[in-house]
Parts: sequence; structure tokens; C-alpha cells
Amino acid sequence: MELFLKFLVAAVGASTPLLFGTVGEILCEKVGHLNLGVEGLMSIGACAGFMIGMQTDSFVVALIAAFCAGVLAALIYAILTVTFLADQNVSGLTLTIFGIGLANFIGIYMLGSSENGTLKLPEGITAQMREIHIPGLSDIPVIGQLIFSYSPFVYLGVVIAILAGIFLKKTKLGLNVQAIGHNPAAADAAGINVTLWKYAMILLGGGICGIGGAYCAMIINSGVWISDNVGGLGWIAVALVIFAKWSPWLSILGSFVFGALRVLKYYMPTAVIQLPTAFYDMLPFLMTAIILVVSSIRKKRDLNIPGSLGVNYFREER
Amino acid sequence: MIRVIKTKEKSKKQQMMLRFAAFVLALCAGGLFLLILGNNPFAIYGTIISGAFRSEMAVQATVKIMIPLLITALGVTLAFKMRFWNIGGEGQLIMGGMFASYFALFHADWPGFVLFPVMFLAGILGGGIWALIPAFFKVRFGTNETLFTLMLNYIALYLVSWLQEGPWRDPGANGFPKIASFDKSAVLPKLFGVQIGWVIALVLVAILFVYLRYTKQGYEISVVGESRATANYAGMNVQKIILRTMFLSGAVAGIAGMVQVSGSDRTLSTGVAGGVGFTAIIVAWLARLNPISSMIIAFLFAVLEKGSSVVQSQYNLSTDCADVLQGIILFFVLGCEFFIRYKFVRDKKQAAPEGGK
Repeated sequence: MELFLKFLVAAVGASTPLLFGTVGEILCEKVGHLNLGVEGLMSIGACAGFMIGMQTDSFVVALIAAFCAGVLAALIYAILTVTFLADQNVSGLTLTIFGIGLANFIGIYMLGSSENGTLKLPEGITAQMREIHIPGLSDIPVIGQLIFSYSPFVYLGVVIAILAGIFLKKTKLGLNVQAIGHNPAAADAAGINVTLWKYAMILLGGGICGIGGAYCAMIINSGVWISDNVGGLGWIAVALVIFAKWSPWLSILGSFVFGALRVLKYYMPTAVIQLPTAFYDMLPFLMTAIILVVSSIRKKRDLNIPGSLGVNYFREER
Repeated sequence: MIRVIKTKEKSKKQQMMLRFAAFVLALCAGGLFLLILGNNPFAIYGTIISGAFRSEMAVQATVKIMIPLLITALGVTLAFKMRFWNIGGEGQLIMGGMFASYFALFHADWPGFVLFPVMFLAGILGGGIWALIPAFFKVRFGTNETLFTLMLNYIALYLVSWLQEGPWRDPGANGFPKIASFDKSAVLPKLFGVQIGWVIALVLVAILFVYLRYTKQGYEISVVGESRATANYAGMNVQKIILRTMFLSGAVAGIAGMVQVSGSDRTLSTGVAGGVGFTAIIVAWLARLNPISSMIIAFLFAVLEKGSSVVQSQYNLSTDCADVLQGIILFFVLGCEFFIRYKFVRDKKQAAPEGGK
């Protein structure tokens, strides 16, 4: 039981970067842009968050830096695909290669100028992002550990996911934005500023992905910089969008399931079943592939896939 | 108000000029980036070029980098021509390498004229099957191929990681999880100091050029790529064409894997692809899906990569520099494609009251 509880807590932690990435990508896909650059956006956010966090020793400033870096990187993608009507697949993929390369490059550059050959976040900032402890609440058995025992990142992620869901489903603006994804020409004819909102959503999504990257760099390796610290999570996030049926609320559940898959190998009692570690590492990707296939076989109407996903909107052709 | 309109097709020469301008601009942007980091961009660009060509050994190393990149780019070209988003070159390369490795590890006693063709076929089969899976689900159920092929990359990678931890682990490696080096008899021979894979790559360039341009199957691929409806209307069996082309696409990437494990790495490891599958997509795209241009671009990318490793040792900048520059170049080329097909015009009706600002 104790082990199971620890497993759940670890799963929540592992799900957090996925949640940011998924919500960010949902916002982007809602305006019809399939952004394969999530991994790159997260890497750039990881780099900016970590480096700025290390310099300023402030968690809030690090978060803002990660967000802004994500926005700037997404701006490249937005300019290429929205204004210059470039191919979305190639643009996104390039953003990924560029982002990972840039983050690793800067990381190694900073390592070269560091004193002892490692980059580690200072004490001050690690204290700020450590698991919270609310006297009373956090001490409740089981519940306290399950709900009130995480890094502020986790709560931020959940809040952003809930807000994004409210925005998309309950506000007029959100519905307008969804209309752009379903049929940009119709939305345009209805007087919605398609270009403006495409930019806004892609940039906002990029910023959120950036924060998710910061989690990877600042928490997963206990505050020590390593290359490739996002390690494929961005790609899982792209797939999770489908699992979550383009709903930010469902993505909370989806990323929890995938987070659990990612930490399963540490908590599976060896007495029950013994599998090679490579299998556990493969599991999230295998599951995603299976979900892709199953969801396409069932062809569910309620999948909610934005109608114009992947197709650029050229106004003169409407 | 500024709006976008289509322009008439620009001439080949104008297109090349535009792309060249984009390339130069990209180098300027990259140079700016290096300058901000406190380096002399001219010195670094110079080192990249001289690093790739400074000696016979350097040139050989450059060609060695080019081999898997070019072959995989040819593979994804087949799929992309059909507008099938095969992002799985990485996984197909790994599977080709894995299948070929089986024979190199366990049948190294076979005579070379049997072993190498068998390894070659194994590579084709491994990559081909790995590409056929997403193709099957695409034609049958419409499964998104971009994401599916992507997931298969990781699945292939962890299959290798499993093999080196368990079944194929080298007992002689002191508990270190790695696969044993191939026996000499399973290592591809060299020609002019570089593994023979470069000849295979060049032959494939010729075959693909002819296949895509002059054969019925190549024509079918283009038609399916232009419009599946048209292909259907013309009585083509679109499903069959997609399955066949994807098998070939994966098979070519599988050859890259075979050549890599047998010619360069001499073993199978999780680093066998090392991002080549992704870079190959960029190469293929920059080459406008033309096999001969792919050869030139793959060579330039190999120069960039080899040169970056020299930059690393001389300026203490990491080899990721190559990825950053690749990204910047592609961003600019992607952007410039716009000006080939469209242009910005000022809307007269709304611009007039502003007084010709």
C-alpha cells in the first residue's frame, strides 16, 4: 500500500511535463496547426528556465523566462506556417531539431564556462520549487500525500489545463477560436480575425510548452543540467492530444496515465512480474501507437479533431 | 492593408536565386548567433569547411557521415513524393540494422558472397516491415501516419536497448550492456579508404532517379501524391501503391541501417541512427525530393557535421552547433518558398486614405 501510494505520487510528478506539453499543443491544434515542434519548444523552455533560474535564483523569473522563450520559438513556427504558409510538418520538425540543438548547445557552452564542470541550480530556487507543505492539510494521511505534496509546477499545470478548458468551452472567444480550427474560411467570413487568433494561440501554446520544458530541466534531474533533458516527452505530448480528444481537461487524466507508465518500472514489485527495463521505457510509446490505431479504427465522431488540422489557410482561396 | 496573392510561377533560375539568397541570409543569421556568443563567425565557418576537407582522413570521415544520411533521405523521398508523412526513417534504419545484425552476429561463418547479400536482404526486410505497419493502418483505417511512424521510432530504439541488455548482450564486456563487435567476415569492405556503403548510396541515387522519373510506378507515386482522388479516378489501386511505396521507403532506410552497422559501427547499438532519420527528412525536403539534389545536400550536411566536430575541439563549442545551423538554414528556406509562389501586395482601396505611407 505504501509502495502504491508512492507510485501514484511519482506518477503525478512524471505526468506534469506531459500535461504542459499536451495543453500547449491542444491550443495550437485548435486553430488548425499541427505543431510537431513541441519537443523543440520544450527544450528551449528548459534551457531558458534553467539558465535564467540559475542566474536569478528566482523560481517565478525562471518560469517567466521559460514561457517567453517558448513564445519566441513558437513565433518562428507561427510566422512560417501562418504568414508564409510553409508546410506544417517540415516547419515543426525543423523547430524540434533546432530547439534540441540550441538547448544542448547553450547548455554545453555554459558548462564550458562553469567553475566545476557541472551546472546545478542554487539552493534558493530549489527551495522555492520544492514540494509544498501546508501545515494540517499535508499531514492528513494518504490524502495529504496524494494532493498536497507536490512542487508548485504540478498545481500550475493543473490550473493552466483547467483554465484552458474553460476558455475553449465556456467563453465566446474560445468558441471562436475553435471555429477557426474547424473551418477558417467560415470563421473569417463571420468576422473573426483568423490570423490574429492563430498567432495568439500558437504563441500561448508555445509558452505553455516552454514551462513544461522547464520542469524537465529543473526537477527531473534534481536541478542538474544534462543534454537532451526533455528526452522525447514532447513527442508523447503530441500523441497525448489524441488520447485526450483535444480537451485540456481530459489531458489531465491522460498525462497522469502516461506519467504512471513512465515510472512503473521503479514500483513494479519484482516478485509479481519481471520485465526488461527497456520494455517499460517503451511502454508509453507503445501505448500511444495502440491508442492511435484503436481511435482510428473506432473513427469516433466525438473525437473532436479540428477539421482544418494540418492545412494552412490561404485567404484568397476561400 | 497588406494582403497575400499568388504570383505566376517563377523561372527555375529565379527560384534558385531566391533559395540561394535564403541560404546566405541563414548564414548571416547563424553568424549573428555565433557573434553574440563571442565567436568570430568567419573563423567558425572557415573551420567548418577546412575541418571537413583538411586531410584525406577528414574527407573520408565526411563521406562516412554522408552515407546513412543520403540513403535514408532517398528512403523518405519515396514516401514524401506520395505525400505520406513518413517520419519513421529513424526507426526503419534501426530495424534494418537490427535484422542485418542478427546474421552478422550468429552466422559470421557463412562465406562473404552469401552473408552480405543475406544481410542486405535482412536490412531491406527489417526496414520495409517497419514501414509497412503504419502504411497498412493508414490505408485500412486512416491512422495518422506522422504520429504512428514517430512512435515506431522509439519502439525500435528500445527494442535495440532490450537486445543489448539481454538476449544479444556481449558476455565478454564485463557486465557492460553492449552487443559484441562483428566478426571481421561480417564487416563491409572499403573502397578508397571509405566503407563500400558510399557506392551503394550512389547506385541507389541512380536507381531512385530513374524509378521516380521514368517508370510507371514512379509516375503512380506522383499522381497519388498530387491527388488521391485523381489517382482513383484514373483507375489506380491507391492502397496498393501506398503499401508498395512505403515498403520501398522503409527498405531503403533499412539498407542505410545495414550499411551503418556493418560498414561503420561494426556492431549494433542504440546510437545506430542518432537522429539521422530526422535530418534525412530535412535533406529530402531541401532537395525538393530530387535524388540527385539529395546527394549534394546530404554531402553539405555531412560537411557541416564533420566541420562542427572540428569546431568543437578548436573552439570548445558543442557539435549541436550543426543542428542549430541546420535549423536556421531550413527556417530561411521554408520562408523563401513563400516568395516563389506568393507575394505581398498593398490593398489599394484601403491603403489610399492613409496617404501613401
